Amino acid sequence: MRTVLRRLGFYILAALAALTMNFFLLRMLPGDPLGAQLAKSTGQITPAELQGLEKLYGVGTHRSLVSQYLGYLGQLLHGNLGTSTSKSVPVTTLISTDLPWTLGLIGCATAVAFVVGTLIGILAGWRRSGLLDALLPVSTFFQAMPYFILSWLLLITVGFYGGLLPYSNGYDISRGSTVTPGWNASFVGSVISHGALPAMAIALASVAGWIMGMRNMMITTMDEDYVLVAAAKGLPQWRVAAVAARNALLPSISNFALSISLVVTGSIVTEIVFSYPGLGDEINTAIQNTDYPVLQGILIVVVFTVLAANFLADLVYVALDPRARREA
Amino acid sequence: MRFLRSAKVVVGLSILVLFVLVALFGPLIAPHSADWQASTSAFAAQPPSSRFWLGTDVQQHDLFSQLLSGGRDILLISLMAGVVATLLSVLIGVTAGYVGGIVDDLLSALSNIFLALPGLLILMVVLKALPQNMTSNPVTIGAVIALTAWAWGARVLRAQTLTLRNQDYVEAARVIGERKPRIILFEIVPNLLPILASSFIFTVIYGIGTYATLAWLGLVGGNTVTWGTMLFNAQNYGALISGWWWWYAPPALCVAAVGVALALLNFGIDEIINPRLTSARGSRGHRVRFVLGLTPVVRTPAPLAGTDLPLELPEEAAK
Repeated sequence: MRTVLRRLGFYILAALAALTMNFFLLRMLPGDPLGAQLAKSTGQITPAELQGLEKLYGVGTHRSLVSQYLGYLGQLLHGNLGTSTSKSVPVTTLISTDLPWTLGLIGCATAVAFVVGTLIGILAGWRRSGLLDALLPVSTFFQAMPYFILSWLLLITVGFYGGLLPYSNGYDISRGSTVTPGWNASFVGSVISHGALPAMAIALASVAGWIMGMRNMMITTMDEDYVLVAAAKGLPQWRVAAVAARNALLPSISNFALSISLVVTGSIVTEIVFSYPGLGDEINTAIQNTDYPVLQGILIVVVFTVLAANFLADLVYVALDPRARREA
Repeated sequence: MRFLRSAKVVVGLSILVLFVLVALFGPLIAPHSADWQASTSAFAAQPPSSRFWLGTDVQQHDLFSQLLSGGRDILLISLMAGVVATLLSVLIGVTAGYVGGIVDDLLSALSNIFLALPGLLILMVVLKALPQNMTSNPVTIGAVIALTAWAWGARVLRAQTLTLRNQDYVEAARVIGERKPRIILFEIVPNLLPILASSFIFTVIYGIGTYATLAWLGLVGGNTVTWGTMLFNAQNYGALISGWWWWYAPPALCVAAVGVALALLNFGIDEIINPRLTSARGSRGHRVRFVLGLTPVVRTPAPLAGTDLPLELPEEAAK
């Protein structure tokens, strides 16, 4: 329990650090980009909304920096992320329509990558034969190139020239399509087929990390005495492998914390390539419109999501490893 | 050299050397300069021909020349990011691991926070807000990318420093009265070199990917032509939908190839750090069979290590 509380304390600290960084990020840069942009956007949003933004980020007001910062934290506590300067819609509204898409995509892709990668890693570490080991450089090939290039590769080969899967948007929005959003079969089917290619890109890019981590850990674990004991007891091969794999899995879970922010940013880039209606596409639009409130709002939401995922991984780790509980 | 025995390393290194040569001499041997236009009146991308080996883009730029001169900045930026991030990670990771206590707690928390922050998104906001003349400077971009990339290395280096700190030779140096900076520099850091190399390569891969992504999103200003900005142009003019593969495929493949070459190199370094990870296929062609619980060692003619064993046995028996 104390371990969990200590980790929770760290995440609160991290969240606070991220908020502080978000507040100062645009102020430290030369030329006061936020203030300049807000001054320019008077025509696009109502004066009331502009005032709200100035209040949120403390731009243009003549309060001390500390009171601006405290005001900013207070606004965030009320769930106020400001107004989009290009769309004149509250940032929270924009994000709440995008977030389910992104979370669904990342969740599915990561689950697939974790399960498949761990299984391949166990086999590769167990057998260490030519075929599976030959898979390692291949999977690294997918990992070593940027997400957007891998996504392009899939979009071109499977989607554009192959014509096997749809390669843009989250569901069928073409003219004459009969799909209506909601819990009906045609919509769910459309979402799944449209999500397949981006999910494949994310999974392919991240699977190599799981494979490598699991294989290397498996190899180290297999030299442990308890694995030898399991084999000496005459257990069938797969049971012995399971003994080793169970212990080799633990570092994989704690490595999750290292990789999750890379996976999330990669997924966001993937969404841009596939025009997926998630946070990625929102960011791309915001970049083109110099819409800082949206950019910063998404930044906060992504940081919080990553921290929450990390905390979940910690909980799983503490549940699985008695040593983590005892150390506290 | 043991390092060169692995086929992965040889392949990776050769690809890398090729691209470094391109980065160094590419702009010199390119048939045209990067902003040269074959014609200012035509508006159709030309497919590869004997005149333009990789065709042209919509504005009639020679894409082969752009590809040759587009490598220099991207490699420079990622190298810069790798160097700065590695220096930062040594500074923070080794200090945290060696000094320990409250310093360790603070520095570890700092690197864990940076690890959780989505670096690419922060870079997007920062580069969007920076004035154009700053984002076209490779050194600035490299340094900014490095600021989001050091945490991973710092964490790994800290862990390794913790295990080295209590080794006998470090203890000995401390007893002699060596000062802390000297112990860190001359006793600890040399033993971290393989991990340092691996984290450096990892960061360079990250730098290439990150820069290419930022450039592709159009966040890098100026007139510099890199593989990233070529991809941005290709995207903007709809090269994908128009089927102008010669426009986007070569720069994309170059970025991917450099990344893969570096990753292959990393494989070799990993196998040096932990020789047990070596693949089953022996480097000299003969296969080694792995047996449960035992990592086979390729036998080399060496004096038997066990010869001094009998000397100790009688003593124990005497007790």
